[in-house]
Amino acid sequence: MSARFSPGDAVRVRAGEPAGHCRTPHYLRGKRGRVVMLHGSYRNPEKLAYLKPGLPRQPLYMIEFDYAEVWAGRQSGRRDRIVADIYQHWLEADPAR
Amino acid sequence: MRAVHDLGGEPAGPVDRSDHEPTLFDQRVDAMMRLLTQPSRAVFTVDAMRRSIESHPPAEYFGLTYYEKWLHAVRRLTIEQGVVSEAELSAKIDAIRARGTDGAPR
Amino acid sequence: MDETHHPHDHDHPHDDHAAIGEHASYRPESLLLEQALRELLIEKEVFSAEDLQRQIEDTESRDPGLGARVVARAWADPKFKARLLADAKAACTSIGIDVANSPELKVVENVPEVHHMVVCTLCSCYPKVLLGIPPAWYKNPQYRSRAVIEPRAVLAEFGTALAPETVVRVHDSTADMRYLVLPRRPADTADWSEEALAGLVGRDALIGVTVPRTG
Repeated sequence: MSARFSPGDAVRVRAGEPAGHCRTPHYLRGKRGRVVMLHGSYRNPEKLAYLKPGLPRQPLYMIEFDYAEVWAGRQSGRRDRIVADIYQHWLEADPAR
Repeated sequence: MRAVHDLGGEPAGPVDRSDHEPTLFDQRVDAMMRLLTQPSRAVFTVDAMRRSIESHPPAEYFGLTYYEKWLHAVRRLTIEQGVVSEAELSAKIDAIRARGTDGAPR
Repeated sequence: MDETHHPHDHDHPHDDHAAIGEHASYRPESLLLEQALRELLIEKEVFSAEDLQRQIEDTESRDPGLGARVVARAWADPKFKARLLADAKAACTSIGIDVANSPELKVVENVPEVHHMVVCTLCSCYPKVLLGIPPAWYKNPQYRSRAVIEPRAVLAEFGTALAPETVVRVHDSTADMRYLVLPRRPADTADWSEEALAGLVGRDALIGVTVPRTG
């Protein structure tokens, strides 16, 4: 599985309810972020959780989110960020930005 | 619907910083899980542990201690994987009750 | 605001039991279940009693002193620090710390303008290979819920006040990367030995809820 995104890319976490084990937290679903780096490619935990091989390996990215994007209506430091590791299949390009 | 374990951003009280040394129970459960998920044995995966822990209903997820949830997951997954059976486990529990839980490891 | 009640470690009378401490409020059937599973798995030779003991001892041997050593070395040696930031596992191995049985490690560096904090909102992912087992608060709902939504209030509960212009980056350990914070070296430590530097670095600074200080 090749890496679709590069550092600096604007991405959006897919919305939607996962069926079963999922490592994309609900509070980030549908949120816009930026790729910080590609960690590498790893077996899919959503499949490993059911003792399936989880192949092909999925690219895993460090994604940073602006605080205000994640928590509308709340305040923190002006440039505070939430950073999470998200698998490629949970990300879509966000070309509007 | 947000799953029980998916806690980011949920309302919650102050952080309680009190702690205690791991008990022998904690240590044994911790060690069992690590041995069972080691690549050389691979009875199940850490991901499967998480999946199992996440399936506790809220009263248990928040009411059981951390390692009791791990223990429940080890039980479920060793049965799921056919390493132990419900019947064997019941029989063993009855046998331990009968002989007394002296806590001494074999 | 809805305050969720999380009963945890509430006191109630217990039978004395060799296997549990006074603080625990385990269900009695849990103790039976643990013993039963352990005995069955040993009988079936899934692992031995010796394996179990060795695992307990290895886990006990891991404590935040390992993380502190890594930080002190990074503070003292810029080449090591560069290696640590680029490939944490390789850097740890190079100073004799066995990190083979660990998920990927990633070290994030605090700098004057940026403070890092680590949480696992979904469970309790933690760099155990360098810090040992996580404290109860790290695994409990309050930290997991609040670290990502009110990091500065949580830091304040740990006695950590940051300048408003300092950026806070909260890392939610959602996948198989385990994060360690490389705190800022306190200013008045120029001629300190590595051992003395390591003494400044506690577990909470490596998680990112406190900062090291001299005195």
